[in-house]
Amino acid sequence: MRSTLLVGALLTAITTTGALAQAIKLADVAELSGGGATVGTNWKNGIDLAIEEINAKGGVLGRKLEVSHADSQSNPGVARAQVQKALDAEPYVLLGPGYSGSVKVTAPLAAEAGIAQIMGGEAAELTQAGNKFLFRTSFGQQSSMPKVAKYIHDEMKAKSVAVVWVNNDFGRGGRDVVVKELDRLGSKVVADLSTEAGQADFAADVGKIKAANPDAVFVYLNEEESARILKELKRQGVTAPLMGETTLIGQKVIELAGDAANGARGHVGLTTDAPVDLIKAFREKFSKKYNYVPDHNGLKGYLAVYMVKATTEKMGKVDSKAFADTLHGLTIKAADEPGILMDVTFDANGDIDRQSFLVEVVEGKQVVKQVLPKVK
Amino acid sequence: MSNLFDLLVAGLATGAIYALVAVGFTLLWQTSQTINFAQGEFVMLPAFLMLAAMHAGAPFWLAIILGILLSMILLGLAFKMLLVDPMMRHGVLPLAIATMALAIGIKEAVKQFFSAEASPFPSIVPTGDIAILGHAVSLQSIGVLVVAILAVLGLTTLLNRTSLGHQMQAAAQNPTVARIIGVPVERMILLTFLINAFLVALASLLITPIYLAKFSSGEVLGQAAFIAAIVGGFNQVRGAIAGGLLIGVLDNLAASYVSTQYRAAVPLIFLIVVILFRPQGLLGRAEERTV
Repeated sequence: MRSTLLVGALLTAITTTGALAQAIKLADVAELSGGGATVGTNWKNGIDLAIEEINAKGGVLGRKLEVSHADSQSNPGVARAQVQKALDAEPYVLLGPGYSGSVKVTAPLAAEAGIAQIMGGEAAELTQAGNKFLFRTSFGQQSSMPKVAKYIHDEMKAKSVAVVWVNNDFGRGGRDVVVKELDRLGSKVVADLSTEAGQADFAADVGKIKAANPDAVFVYLNEEESARILKELKRQGVTAPLMGETTLIGQKVIELAGDAANGARGHVGLTTDAPVDLIKAFREKFSKKYNYVPDHNGLKGYLAVYMVKATTEKMGKVDSKAFADTLHGLTIKAADEPGILMDVTFDANGDIDRQSFLVEVVEGKQVVKQVLPKVK
Repeated sequence: MSNLFDLLVAGLATGAIYALVAVGFTLLWQTSQTINFAQGEFVMLPAFLMLAAMHAGAPFWLAIILGILLSMILLGLAFKMLLVDPMMRHGVLPLAIATMALAIGIKEAVKQFFSAEASPFPSIVPTGDIAILGHAVSLQSIGVLVVAILAVLGLTTLLNRTSLGHQMQAAAQNPTVARIIGVPVERMILLTFLINAFLVALASLLITPIYLAKFSSGEVLGQAAFIAAIVGGFNQVRGAIAGGLLIGVLDNLAASYVSTQYRAAVPLIFLIVVILFRPQGLLGRAEERTV
């Protein structure tokens, strides 16, 4: 009897220890191919780097992190199927996707499963629908576009603006907010041009911009198309200052557009050129591991994992149901968790608040011109 | 209307690329009744072969030569011998489906072995503009247009003015009779595949600096060229050229004067209109159906 009890106790101990040592499983669904391949590849690499670092230091609450990556092919339909598949494996937290259209169709699935989704989408509407499980790694357009419109109106002194945007959820969301804000501030939109994702020839669009003769041009396209339109704007001799967001002045755009990117300005929530020591260190680590300088999506993926770490350590337990409740209203300080890179606060909608930057491309490099403070 | 001239030039330059690719559709259709749904990927691949050569240390000019030669071997010779010849005996439909599978295979292979991200590609034409009739016209547009016109002129001269071209046409029009009069039909068909491979490599060289080198770039291009070939006439080289130029110009004019939002729909609407009123295409030859 005594030996049976001893064996039982030993078995229980082994099983419990085994459970404690089990890895914390994260699921990532990202744009690893298709139009958003740059976005997804950077996001994935950022995630992998963070996990490698965290595991090397003993993991989270003594447990290692593990991630499975799935390719959405930059297609919302595929993203939905991949997220469903990922949720079936009951991950602790879902990471991704990066495209707003894909986030829009996958967020209800994660919410239904009660799993927090930390994503890269920036469309304003994503966090406005009352979803309590959705969290941003970057500013939503409702936070960034007013800053952009204010800069165009106040700093560029533009009375007339041409707005060119990509006709998808991301582009339409940004366009709607910036046009409304420009109107409110008194800058007139003299050309409002929608373009297609994957479009190669921007001669006609730039011709229209030229004909409208605006004081400034707001460009809101995906990275590859941004590079193409920058080349065409330069070729057709458009001299009006160019303003955009991260997708206009990112590293990949600069690489693809070459000289044509010089002079473009943009508001960025995250940039590896930020004058922040922790971000500089991140850039160095990332470049060393992957042999290229990441864009903002690399930072987003990295942060997403550190959001998981900080929130879990705050809870003191691995509980996917309580995760979202804990992250709402949470402020994570970089001094306490260096992986978060800058002090961040998450509001009741899952929106993020932190410092941001005003960047200009000078001789093929991003130069930070201004640091903009947290909103609250 | 002041930028009409610019739009026409840019449209013709893009259209010339579509024409080069569309000619491939008609060449293969005429000689071997093959619809190659991987034609767009055939344009994408040579750019990556050239990039691979450059990464290996080859200068650009050598990379171009290597890229064209490798394209002719892979997309001409190997395509014919390993896919078209074995599948041909099963009919046109299985062959067409096999080319769709090939398109996916090429895309995935490039994504896997190279990168899913877009890469810049050097241009053989210098950047900058030249003044024509008071308009600044891009040297790149002119270069694309000139090279494409020269390639097509060379092809039509070969087909219409040389003994080799006459043999190719004879092999395409009636292989049985051509064999009887001593035309080496198999060799002529192989030559057609090699010419198609050369044309797609040339198109790749011209268009990749504008489109960027990306594994998925063949999708848009293949679709546009396919529409161009049908609009112009699937069984006529001159039809494919006219179709390509028309689609290129129409796309730019529609974006500028109708709506940028619906520009993608315009070539499709044009295609439907042409098929409704002239099913053989604008310059195509009506073919009798054999029962």
